Amino acid sequence: MNLIGENLTYKPDNQFHLNNVSFDFKKGNLYTILGRTLSGKTTFLKTIAGLLNPDSGNLSFEGKDFSKIPVWERNVAMVYQQFINYPHLNVYENVIFPLKQRKLSEDKIKTDVDEALKTVGLVGFENRKIQELSGGQQQRVALARSLAKKAKILLLDEPLVNLDYKLREQLREEFKKIFSKGLSSDAILIYSTTDPQEVMELNGEVIVLDEGKVLQKGPAKEIFENPRNLKVAEISNDPPMNILKGNKSSEKLIFENISINIPTHFKNLEDQNYNFGIRASEIKLDDQGEEFEIELAEISGSETLLHLKKGDSKVIALIEEVMNFKIHEKVKIKFNENKFYAFNKEGELISSPYGDLNG
Amino acid sequence: MEKLYKFLKYTFIILWTVFIVAPFLWAVSTSFKDFQSVNSKVTYIPWLDFEPTLEGWRVLVKSPARGGVDIVEPYFNSIFVTCTASLISIILGTLAAYALSRFTFKAGFVRNNDITFFFISQRIMPPIVLSIPFFIFLSTIGLLDSLLGLVVVYIVLLMPIAVWIMVDFFNRVPKELDETALIDGCNPYQAFYKVVLPNSIPGLIVAGMFCIIFGWIDFFFAFILTFTEVQLLPVKVVALNSSITPWWSLSASALISVAPLIIVAFVVERYLSKGNLSGALK
Repeated sequence: MNLIGENLTYKPDNQFHLNNVSFDFKKGNLYTILGRTLSGKTTFLKTIAGLLNPDSGNLSFEGKDFSKIPVWERNVAMVYQQFINYPHLNVYENVIFPLKQRKLSEDKIKTDVDEALKTVGLVGFENRKIQELSGGQQQRVALARSLAKKAKILLLDEPLVNLDYKLREQLREEFKKIFSKGLSSDAILIYSTTDPQEVMELNGEVIVLDEGKVLQKGPAKEIFENPRNLKVAEISNDPPMNILKGNKSSEKLIFENISINIPTHFKNLEDQNYNFGIRASEIKLDDQGEEFEIELAEISGSETLLHLKKGDSKVIALIEEVMNFKIHEKVKIKFNENKFYAFNKEGELISSPYGDLNG
Repeated sequence: MEKLYKFLKYTFIILWTVFIVAPFLWAVSTSFKDFQSVNSKVTYIPWLDFEPTLEGWRVLVKSPARGGVDIVEPYFNSIFVTCTASLISIILGTLAAYALSRFTFKAGFVRNNDITFFFISQRIMPPIVLSIPFFIFLSTIGLLDSLLGLVVVYIVLLMPIAVWIMVDFFNRVPKELDETALIDGCNPYQAFYKVVLPNSIPGLIVAGMFCIIFGWIDFFFAFILTFTEVQLLPVKVVALNSSITPWWSLSASALISVAPLIIVAFVVERYLSKGNLSGALK
């Protein structure tokens, strides 16, 4: 009774949009698709909606072959990253549109629409024109239309990406609440995004997608703790995880003439060359630390991002306060060795600070 | 500086207005003159300069038997041919344009752009080149000198305009709007007439306006393809001219043939200013 995809491949113009993608989505769950732009997220969602037909592979829902059912009979709902509403209709008419299309009874329609508008906080806006609303409100209308439908599959394609920072934070919080209480156990929710933070906050099952290929599947915590390879480590962290080419000997980790005590979780590693990974947040300013040169300092919100360089190695450090730095200034930093990852030459995860490499 | 700019601006606007309006005023004044007042000396203002008369206007509605040149029938012929051809062109052209904008066609080396160009190329050829095949075609199917024949020919002339304008318009309507309609339970036909069409009113009005203008002002094909049974307004107006030019009735008929276009322009202006799509595109 699940939504099952088997070996879905879509390759127009000799470029993979979907490359042998398989999945098994269960009702009542939230799935997030994490990937950079052009990684195939939209294609993935459009394939489920039925707007695109994969070149090969099977898609079935509730035991029925989904590919034989046209879009308009699939009972899915979709929210786009562009704020797509019907501009010739007002807010109320927009939300009611899919229900009217299904010819439900008047009373049922009325309660469903009122409930959806209440959920997204647009009560009192019923008679407004779409053009008179802000971007955030337009996206709420689109979400209300999707919720009112009570579709069995709800698809959200980067719904927050076109909103400004403040609004995105706010709407993300609300989405979380809506999903946790408004979602029926009968529905599957699939949410795509480029933002790792959204993935962690929504805390569902994650699928990491790159160039149409599934790199890793698993709960958000698992993706965060044990990114299977360098690519996943890069995609699932913002700023991307720092990767340092180095060597492990019996006593020390060595990179760029820096030697660091071997963390306990590396004890059993063979002595050889590795790609060491460390998150930007695990690098601290420390007078006892190693000297790096500042290439760029960005202040974002209440944090400062330092782009640092030493020899051929570049790292990004996340400082949790607003500080002013000069470019080319030298700073001393310390790595939290207990949070080092080790990836082999092929880029696969060998050792993680969170241990337990079962998958 | 500011003042000089303003002065120059308004001077230019006034001069331009005079340039545009003067011929109309001249025609209005001439239409109320008789032979005497036109040919004696230059006069402008009725009652002061010359004695106004309605003779120029009366001639237009009198039947030829009573010495008039009946333009009422050609007038309604023109309205009928223009409106019918425009309507059919808009309906067929809009459907064709939607298909060209949303679906990918492949037939040998022919792609969507080639088909669009094929439509527009109908307007590239000089009318004189088209006139011969049109003449032979209409005479073969027996529609020469008939309203229906003219409608057929005008559709060929007007539909490219409709296709051209509407393809461009639909290309600017986000594809996601149609997709949302499909997801919300519309089949492709419902998506078109329930969602895309209501949001295309500005485009339809522009296309309709161009069709009406180009249909209404055509003289060439109306002249070539009709003889005695059917006459359209432009042909009839030109035919007024004989050994003596009847300036008064010529002016009157010119005024009433421009009138519909002026009315169309004023009506259309209302609708055009209401951009309806901003909400979907933002």
